[in-house]
Amino acid sequence: MPKDYIYPEFEIVRNEGRCTVCRRCEEQCANRAHAFDAATSRMTAEDARCVDCHRCVAMCPAHALKIVQSSHTFRPGANWTRDAITDIHRQAGSGGALLTSMGTPKDYPVYWDKLLINASQVTNPSIDPLREPMETKVFLGQKHTHIQRDESGRICTELHPQITLATPILFSAMSYGSLSYNAHESLARAAQELGICYNSGEGGLHEDLYHYGPNTIVQVASGRFGVHPGYLKAGAAIEIKMGQGAKPGIGGHLPAEKVMGDVSRTRMIPQGTEAISPAPHHDIYSIEDLRQLVYTLKEATDYKKPIIVKIAAVHNISAIASGVARSGADIIAIDGFRGGTGAAPARIRDNVGIPIELALASVDARLREEGIRGSISIIAGGSIRNSADVVRAIALGADAVYIATGALLAMGCHLCRSCHLGRCNWGIATQLPELVSRLDPEEGKRRLVNLITAWTYEIKEMMGGMGINSIEALKGNRLMLRGIGLTQKELDILGVLHAGE
Amino acid sequence: MSIEGQVRIPSGCAITSVFSKSGENISGRLVVDSIATMHERSNGLGGGFAGYGIYPQYKDLYAFHIFYDTLAARQACEAFIDRHFDVVNLSKIPVRKHPNIIDEPLIWRYFLTPLPTKLKDSQLDESEFTKRCVIRINDSIEGAYVFSSGKNMGVFKAVGYPEDVGDFYRLEDYEGYCWTAHGRYPTNTPGWWGGAHPFALLGYSIVHNGEISSYDANRRFIEMYGYRCNLQTDTEVITYIVDFLHRRRGLTLAEVASVIAAPFWTTIATKPAEEREKLTYLRNTFASLLITGPFSILLGFDGGIMALNDRLKLRSMVVGERGDRVYIASEECAIRVMEPDLEKLWAPRGGEPVIVRLNAGAQGR
Ligand code: SF4
Ligand code: SF4
Repeated sequence: MPKDYIYPEFEIVRNEGRCTVCRRCEEQCANRAHAFDAATSRMTAEDARCVDCHRCVAMCPAHALKIVQSSHTFRPGANWTRDAITDIHRQAGSGGALLTSMGTPKDYPVYWDKLLINASQVTNPSIDPLREPMETKVFLGQKHTHIQRDESGRICTELHPQITLATPILFSAMSYGSLSYNAHESLARAAQELGICYNSGEGGLHEDLYHYGPNTIVQVASGRFGVHPGYLKAGAAIEIKMGQGAKPGIGGHLPAEKVMGDVSRTRMIPQGTEAISPAPHHDIYSIEDLRQLVYTLKEATDYKKPIIVKIAAVHNISAIASGVARSGADIIAIDGFRGGTGAAPARIRDNVGIPIELALASVDARLREEGIRGSISIIAGGSIRNSADVVRAIALGADAVYIATGALLAMGCHLCRSCHLGRCNWGIATQLPELVSRLDPEEGKRRLVNLITAWTYEIKEMMGGMGINSIEALKGNRLMLRGIGLTQKELDILGVLHAGE
Repeated sequence: MSIEGQVRIPSGCAITSVFSKSGENISGRLVVDSIATMHERSNGLGGGFAGYGIYPQYKDLYAFHIFYDTLAARQACEAFIDRHFDVVNLSKIPVRKHPNIIDEPLIWRYFLTPLPTKLKDSQLDESEFTKRCVIRINDSIEGAYVFSSGKNMGVFKAVGYPEDVGDFYRLEDYEGYCWTAHGRYPTNTPGWWGGAHPFALLGYSIVHNGEISSYDANRRFIEMYGYRCNLQTDTEVITYIVDFLHRRRGLTLAEVASVIAAPFWTTIATKPAEEREKLTYLRNTFASLLITGPFSILLGFDGGIMALNDRLKLRSMVVGERGDRVYIASEECAIRVMEPDLEKLWAPRGGEPVIVRLNAGAQGR
């Protein structure tokens, strides 16, 4: 139907002078954007199939390819933009919700970029991380300050269960099924080498990955996929997924074609069935119910594992967090609305929820006002892009941060936002064996380890600049931040002064 | 210009102290002479002293020293005090006019004890009740500021060079087993007497040299436990931390030191199992009370004194000893002027507390 024809967003530009017609691009592109034309002995390209994942660009031995944004245009308008128009054409044609993946591309304020970090001058020396010890180890879990002593006066050192991290970064939940086995194994190996944790996501844990348990957080989501006693006991902690920043208020959906072989076995559902996790947990309709699930999981694991409750950053976040802190949970993970996803309705991803910076600042302030900040640790996630974002998140009050998109990028993702199509050319968000094999878990691990090592070094450098030699002295240390270009209301919510004040 | 409390003012400083383990009476004059040698480390914008064992005749009563900006503040504060305490004695603190000490507030002293009925109703112990009253006054009575609230001890402080402040308060008229002193080098000029040091709460007094980089992390944590950091100074937050850990949570001073100047994880890893568990527990539980950045503090408390440096030792501090006397100061010259002929002189390592107490049975206890 010609009405629905949408001119491709990207054009594949081949430098014919350089192209040797080796046909590698054809072989690499699972979307079949490249083809060989026997009649002319030249390569052809089908722009409409290109998702802009750069696989061919990176693999072309002659550097003959580039992908450019099409200059094709509608009559320009600030209100009826290209996306606004084509979305309508698409929906008028299909009658369905628009599906997308990864974090929202919309132009919402990124508060990280409006928070500047302090450094010492004169009155207080900066510290050189290459010469002096600089500590980034953190413990996540409940911390109660009442001291108990035995008869001989020795302090009882028994604590609520904790997770120990060598650096305050964790890989956040990405399920096996939405990600390939090799991607999961890369994350697991990297977490082990780095002394941090990765998160199984809601699709269960592949049996071959159980031995990474001490560096694994196992997730329990509304679909309960792959949940059994052995799974709960396998990890360092259990995460109850109440929500996800990219799609607050709705559940997950793994298309039937990805539910094959090991994925179906690990999820404990039949092959070729849609894996749909409901929007709410059907045993949690209120905060008391959450408490029951928290304690059910604690009972099931002999009170040895910290329980994380992950919630999406929504308008009433601080009240919700206060409830979670009183539910017996040990850690709360807050996921901001710019966070990524393997598949989500575009309208929800782009419009529902609030930024992590504001959510984190108000939750931390609220829990302190109520005197219960020590009852729960906070993990902040939802678009942490670099080490400076980590520093800012911790200074606002987080104990640690979750990263996912950053981890995928490290493994080779080029952020084409097509994960939901299942044909990830980088072997990450796919179950097609020929694509999965493109990601070598050892190479994936090496790149993840490099990334976190580099960030940790940068965090130490920034801490040293501030005259801080241990990460705990940065936590909630909002005097180390100043806002730039923010309104008084924004500054008040973030609890920081403006630059120059 | 904003006064202390409306803005956070970093400052460098000098500190000194003398302690008699046998509880001998030492004149306040001695420590005034000591701090005077470090004139260059102050800039005339704050000086002060704390003396312990100076009020033996009222040793079971709380001694409140209060600055009032106005008569109205005094009336409001005294009305509050009368509602909560039995006042046994009150007077102006005697001072001597000094050309360099100007703009003095009204300076009053009260010896008092909590009203038994009020105390019972509050369901608090005497010290917690008194602490809350002090915080109430400082937080809510405009122009009134309790700057000393311990038993058998007192703080004397003002805007000026410390030796002038000592003259002003006639410290030669006081005798005690322990004195600490402070000269301040703030980086702007608040000109408010409450901002001078020592900072004190109940029997704890702190003089401190340094600028801590963990300030806001520490402040935001301790404020969860009923403290209000109105002055925004390091010394204030450190005092509250000590009060919280030592008095309220019952940690020993050595344990307090291992929270606020915690050993590095690499050091903890080398300790025997029991010690390692304890240090890990304390460091984890009180993570937000770790103090980073340069500091050297002298903590005066009932019957003793503790000296502590930050764990990298970014500020100078030396200890001298002769006989039953212990001297601790930012610079050796401040000790030599008190006792030229020392038996021992050493610089404690970063994070290693030096704790000195009165001998068993010593007077002044
Ligand atoms: S990979 Fe490069 S050189 Fe090879 S066919 Fe494609 S465009 Fe030509
Ligand atoms: S994971 Fe793969 S499909 Fe998803 S955005 Fe990255 S490159 Fe594209």
